[in-house]
Order: sequence, then C-alpha cells, then structure tokens
Amino acid sequence: MELELRGITKRFPGVLANDNVNLTARSGMVLALIGENGAGKSTLMNVLSGLYQPDEGEILIDGVVQKFPGPGAAIAAGIGMVHQHFMLIPVFSVFENVVLGVEPTKTGGLLDRKKARVEVKEISEKYGLAVDPDALVESLPVGIQQRVEIIKVLLRGARILVFDEPTAVLTPQEVEEFFGIVAELKARGATIIFITHKLKEALAIADDITVLRDGKVVGNADPKTATPEVLAEMMVGRPIDLVVDKTESVLGAPVLELKGVTVTDDFGRPYLNEVSFQVLAGEIVGIAGIQGNGQTELVEVITGMMSLAEGTISFEGADISHLSPRKRHAAGMAHVPEDRNESGMVGSFTVAENLILDSYYTEPFSKGGRLQRADIATSAIGLVEAYDVRPPHIENTGSALSGGNAQKMIVAREFSRDVPLLVCSQPTRGIDVGSIEYIHEQIIRKRQEGKAILIVSTELDEIFALSDRILVLFDGKVVAERKPAETTPAEIGLFMAGKTT
Amino acid sequence: MTTTQMPSTDNPEPKNSRSFMQQLTTGTDWKSAALIPALAVLTALIIGVVIIMLTGSSFGDAMSAYWALLQGSVGSLKAISETLTAATPLILAGLSVAIAFRAGLFNIGTEGQLLMGGMFAVWAGFTFIGLPFYVHIPLALVAGVVGGAIWGFIPGFLKAKTGAHEVITTIMLNYIALRLVDFLLKTEIFQREGRNDPVSKTVEASAQLPLLLGWINPGLRVHLGLIVALAAAAFIHWLLFRTTTGFEFRAVGANPKAAKYAGMSITKTYVLVMVIGGALAGLAGAGQVLGVLDRATPGFSSGIGFDAIAVALLGRSNPWGVVAAAVLFGGLSAGGQQMQVSANVGIDLISVIQALIIIFVAAPALISAIYRLKAPAASTQISKGWGS
Repeated sequence: MELELRGITKRFPGVLANDNVNLTARSGMVLALIGENGAGKSTLMNVLSGLYQPDEGEILIDGVVQKFPGPGAAIAAGIGMVHQHFMLIPVFSVFENVVLGVEPTKTGGLLDRKKARVEVKEISEKYGLAVDPDALVESLPVGIQQRVEIIKVLLRGARILVFDEPTAVLTPQEVEEFFGIVAELKARGATIIFITHKLKEALAIADDITVLRDGKVVGNADPKTATPEVLAEMMVGRPIDLVVDKTESVLGAPVLELKGVTVTDDFGRPYLNEVSFQVLAGEIVGIAGIQGNGQTELVEVITGMMSLAEGTISFEGADISHLSPRKRHAAGMAHVPEDRNESGMVGSFTVAENLILDSYYTEPFSKGGRLQRADIATSAIGLVEAYDVRPPHIENTGSALSGGNAQKMIVAREFSRDVPLLVCSQPTRGIDVGSIEYIHEQIIRKRQEGKAILIVSTELDEIFALSDRILVLFDGKVVAERKPAETTPAEIGLFMAGKTT
Repeated sequence: MTTTQMPSTDNPEPKNSRSFMQQLTTGTDWKSAALIPALAVLTALIIGVVIIMLTGSSFGDAMSAYWALLQGSVGSLKAISETLTAATPLILAGLSVAIAFRAGLFNIGTEGQLLMGGMFAVWAGFTFIGLPFYVHIPLALVAGVVGGAIWGFIPGFLKAKTGAHEVITTIMLNYIALRLVDFLLKTEIFQREGRNDPVSKTVEASAQLPLLLGWINPGLRVHLGLIVALAAAAFIHWLLFRTTTGFEFRAVGANPKAAKYAGMSITKTYVLVMVIGGALAGLAGAGQVLGVLDRATPGFSSGIGFDAIAVALLGRSNPWGVVAAAVLFGGLSAGGQQMQVSANVGIDLISVIQALIIIFVAAPALISAIYRLKAPAASTQISKGWGS
C-alpha cells in the first residue's frame, strides 16, 4: 500500500505543530522520519492514526483520500502503530494481549482461546516473529514484548506499520534482531514508517529519510549518500559537532569509592551485589547496562535515597554509607536524577524555584528560614542565561519547558555548584540533539576542572562518547570494566546481555 | 503498559499530567483562581432556583428567598456581623485543610481537631480564675492550639511512621473526638455543677473574646476571633510562600519524589504540616467556645470542620482564597437563617447550594463547558486519588 500525506497542517493554541507536511511511503520500503523533540513527528503520527484531525491537508492510501474520524478508522484502513510505550497488560499472556479488543468468540460471547492461539501462531510464523503465545508478557524481555506489539498490529490487518522510537529500549543485539524483523516485513510488502532520533539507525535501515524541523519538512535525504553530520544539521538547522572533543585529563585522588556495596529489596533479593569501584578526580566513569540491572539502585545508594545492606561508600576518604541525602548533597555531591519529570523537578514550580530545589535552605537563598526572593531571582536569571534554558523566563513553570530545556535547567542547578562529585543518571534521555551536545560539553568541562563524574546511561553511544572508563552492570553486578579505546560497542553489548568475562 | 522505563517521546502538546491535588492547589492563572469559583457559585444559585421551584413555589418566591438570603448576609450591620461570625471558624478550619492540601495531604480530621482544640480552650477558660484578660485570652487560645495540634500530630505521625493513610486515620479520630467530648462533658472536670446533661462550665469572663462591635450594639456577635483568623491567613500565606518550610511543604505536595531527591524529609513535612493544620483547627474550636458559645456542648463543632473542606476547595488552597470562600459560606449560613424565617424556604437549601458549588469547583471542565470557556490545558484529566 502506498501512503501519501498531502499538505498536512495541524495547529494547537500558539503552536503550529505541522505546517504543510508532504510525505510518501511506498509498499516494501522503509521511510525514516527524523527530527528533534517538538519538530512535529508525534503530531504527524497522531494525525495518521486518527487521534487528531488535521486542520488542512489530506491522507491518501493507494491514491484514495481517507478520512479518519478516530483511531478505529485508521486501523480499518490498514495503519498500525507500534508505540514507544508498549500498550500491553503485563499480567496477561501473549495471545490474550494480542487478541485484546478483537477477541474471537464462541457462542455466548466466550473467548475462543484455541482460535486466538492459532491466529497468533499463524502470524508469528508467517513473519518470523518467534514468541510463545502462552508466556506472560511481564516475564518477557523488552525485545520480545515489542514483537508482541508488532503481532498485535499485524493481526488487525495493518499493512502500513508506524514504529515510534522502536529501538530506544533495546540492547544492541535486540536492535539487530529488530532490523531483521523490519527487513522481513518489508520483503512481504509492508509499508514501514520508522520514527527515530538515532541518525545511525535511520541510515542503516531506511530506504528514504524525511527530516522534520519546526513542523515543516526541511528535506529528504538518501541514506546511501547521507552522513549523520548532514542529517543532524538538517534537523537542528546549524552545524552540529557529533564527536565529543576531549583531551587527556589529569587524574587525581579517588573521590568516590564503593566497596562491596550490596543493596537488597524487602525480601533480601539483591538489586546490587558486591559492587566495588572508584571514581577519580578528573575522570568520567560510565555505567553501561540495560535498564533494570541495578543502575537506578546504584545511583540511589550513592546519593542516599536507598540504604545499603552491606559494604561501604566513601566520599573523599570519609565513610558516607549512612549519611542522609541532604548531608551527602551538602558534603559535595551533585545529582542529575534519571527521570527529570518524576524526580528532577517539580513541574508546578517556577524555573526559579526549581533552580533552588535542593539548595533553598542555604545562603544566600535563605536567611533565618526566610526565602530571599531577590537573591533567588538574580541567581536564576544568571543560570538560565549561562545554561541556555529557553525560553529564559524564570517565572515559567518547569512543566512548560521542553524536555531538553527542563534537563538544561536541572543541569544548571546541579553543575553550578562547585562540588567534587557529579552523579548524572541518563543525562540526555529523550532530549533534542542541540541540548545533548550542550550537556555533553558541560560534562566534559567539569571533567577538565578536575571533578569526578559518574554517568549512568542506557545509550551506548553516550557512554562511549563521554567515558574514560566503562563499567557494565548486569543483574546487579559489575561484569566488565573496559577503556573505550580498548573495546567496541558490540563487545559491551554482549556484556550488557549477560556474557561474563 | 509495561513497567519498563522508557525515554519520553517528543510532545509538542501541553502536558496533561497534573494530579487532582495539584489541580486544587495550583490554579495560578486568574481564570482557575477566581473565574471558575465565581461561575460555580452562580451556577449553584441558578440550580437552587430550580430546586425551589420544584417544591411548588413560583419564580417570584425563589427570588424573594434569594432577596432574604442577601438581606440576611449583607443587608444590615447585624447581618454582616453574623456573616463574619460564621466565617471566623471557617477561615481557620479552611486554612487547616488548605495547608494540608498544599503538602499533598487530605486532612478530613479538621472536625475532630476543632473539637479537641475547643475542649482544651474551654478547660483553660474556666479553670484559671482571676487572671487578667490579656493573660487569660492568649492562654486559652494557646490551649486550643495545643489541643488541635495533638489531634493533628497523631495522623501525621502514623502516616510518617507506618504509611497509614491520613484520610482513614483522620476520619476515625473525628469519631473518637466526638465521643470523647461527650464523655468528658460528663466528667467532674468539665461538667457544670448541678447539671445532669453534658454541658461544660462557663468560660470565665476574662477568657471570653471581646466583641469587635459591642460598643455599637451588644447584639453584634463578631468577635476578636476574626482578627485572629485574618492574622492566621496572613501567617500561613507568609509561611507557604516566603519561608523554606513552606517551600518544603509545597515541594512535597507537588512532587514528593523530587522533594525527596532534593534532600527534603517527607516524613518530617507530613508530621509538621499536620501539627500546623491541627493547631489551626484547634484555634477555630477555641474561637467558637471563647467567642460565641462560652461553653462546650456535645457536637459544638456543628460540622464546621467538614464545611472547611469545601471552603479550602473553593479557595483553591490559597490562604486569601480561603478567607474569601469562608466569608461566602458564612454569608450563605447567616443569610440562610433569614431565608428560612422570612421566605419560608428551608435552610437545607443552603447545604444543597454549598454542595453544588463544590461539585462545580471540583469539576472545572463542567463549568468551562457550560460557559463555553476555552478549556484550561489540564481540565479534562481524571482524578485518580488523593494527591498521588
């Protein structure tokens, strides 16, 4: 099926989310749609899936104009969305999830489990999507869960498949497998739209690339000839330096040291199992690993959010294993939390308030328990400017900022303190290329100043770009330690998947 | 959706993730702060007309009932005095609920805290004899503060230590307080000599709150408690928006996880805010027994603690909003008496109108739809629980 969007325009109050967007995707080809956050990719896909009605323009399938008053109409027309956040019920089995909403029934409205199983099996065999129909979804790795999502849309008769950031949650090996699935779907004549911000993946898998910026199509690129630099420049509108420049830095004394740190859940099962490592002054240590292998707990135990069962944590030679988060913060630890909306800021607070969220009680922001509003505002204006938070209005609420600017605000709060240790968890997750570049520069600058920096990231590219040393966390244990120059993403990927040294 | 954490998608649309509690406390634009409550009141009054007419009265009867309501609330100095007298405990109790809202807690226990505060105050009021008023009044008020604070501390402490939900514990403490008052009023300490029914000794004249307008007419009941209540509103406003403690309250209320990550102690905040909330409710109870009743009788709180929840909601948990809402409710209550007497429309209608106001305030989307207002960004989200 050939899909064509003609002159799609979608307005929101104060925002032109899509501005006369034209694009074409043909049967048996992969169209990559790339663009920064806020470029209008999601809006466009919501128009395509019937969630939004375009203000202008039309959608054509095989040359016939389509009207999608709701998602049901888009599905009926053969459009299937695979969302970044899976729409699965964890306690249901695979086949139950797949048939949910289109259940085959026996007389009396009873679920025909046998038929449902057969339907799921047929599709999974036809497209090479190996999955056990009776497995519980929650017991499956993320890569397999994604297959379940794909089977779901195929069962509903989708011939145009839209993948929204499909590789964000996959390991390098799972990404390879996913590319195999896409190739299979393509060979069977499906039309595939692949939304991503990972330029290398767009180049690797797409037959054509459409770049969106500020709601407009700024151009198409041929993956055979384009380079990541060219694409990044199209996306951002200015030349982007994708390679992080870093010179050798002078290593100093250990700032953070973990010895045999074990953290357990309420039932004594370990989140972290005898983790030991050091972070030296002037060094960036990167923690690689798939989400859920103890990274969150590692950061929480270092910053004092979680208590440890065994082992010690030392900061500049002093034992801080049992200090409160407040005392660790005051001792000289900065922390960029992994989820900016959930734990990094208070969405309903102003930018100025968010910028003092963890230092509001110190001078000059507070004197005798009273907030010093003039000093808070002066400091905020300086930080917003220095860290390029846009728009630079300190009375805006935090939730009004885009992801990248919210992250820059948090980085401003944490990096503006002159402290020896910075713990950055997912410092650039889900933000635009321009902000990533900026935050990476700030991290390198802190390294040059001789700070000790711990980076936790699920983005392997980021780990390789920044780290002086890479530790791989798997199942709560440090399973490998490598210098980036002496390893490859493929090798680290294997460790992330559980291979031991 | 699976539990796996994933990077956020790009999203140019307004975020739609405010919790119900946030919606109640952070209506910062003028529309949600003033326009919606005003329209909610208007709508409730219009529905009130319909209800009056359904009972067989004419439109003219309904209008004369509202005229009586207006007369009884602001039509004379006496009416204004009655309005402010009724508003006084509502301001304090409303602040009690509001400050808890701000910290993300639903304090249903204002009624019980008010009762305990009143009992402490009445005890201090009749026990100490021969004190000058400038010692006795502050002493009795402080006793009320202490009584309420103790009753607020209990649910705060239970929440902090065991995670017990404050809605459950405060409701239960209301029952305990209610029956404890009945019991205490029959004990030798409280019961008036020569009486068999549960009524306390009378508060000494030196502890009775002076009437503000007594020099014009001794029948004007508005008393010093009003000044105390307004001072409390100013103090709570200052506390919330000008101090580090208030910063902590608001941060914990708006995003407890971020507050924890910023090094704040959530448990300390919960205990402290419940103690302050209890103290305010206790002050409301003290004001009633020292300023209006001069004694304690069973159930002397007469539901003020529950009306206070409505006042805090209508006032959007802003201290000055609470004052305005309390005056409105005070006016409805004072005017309702007049309506009952001169227009023969039952005072129960006032409760109906108050309830309707709260429904419309809690469902701003409804008001926006009725009056074709451009819906606020987050108006159509579903409330999932109390603040979390």
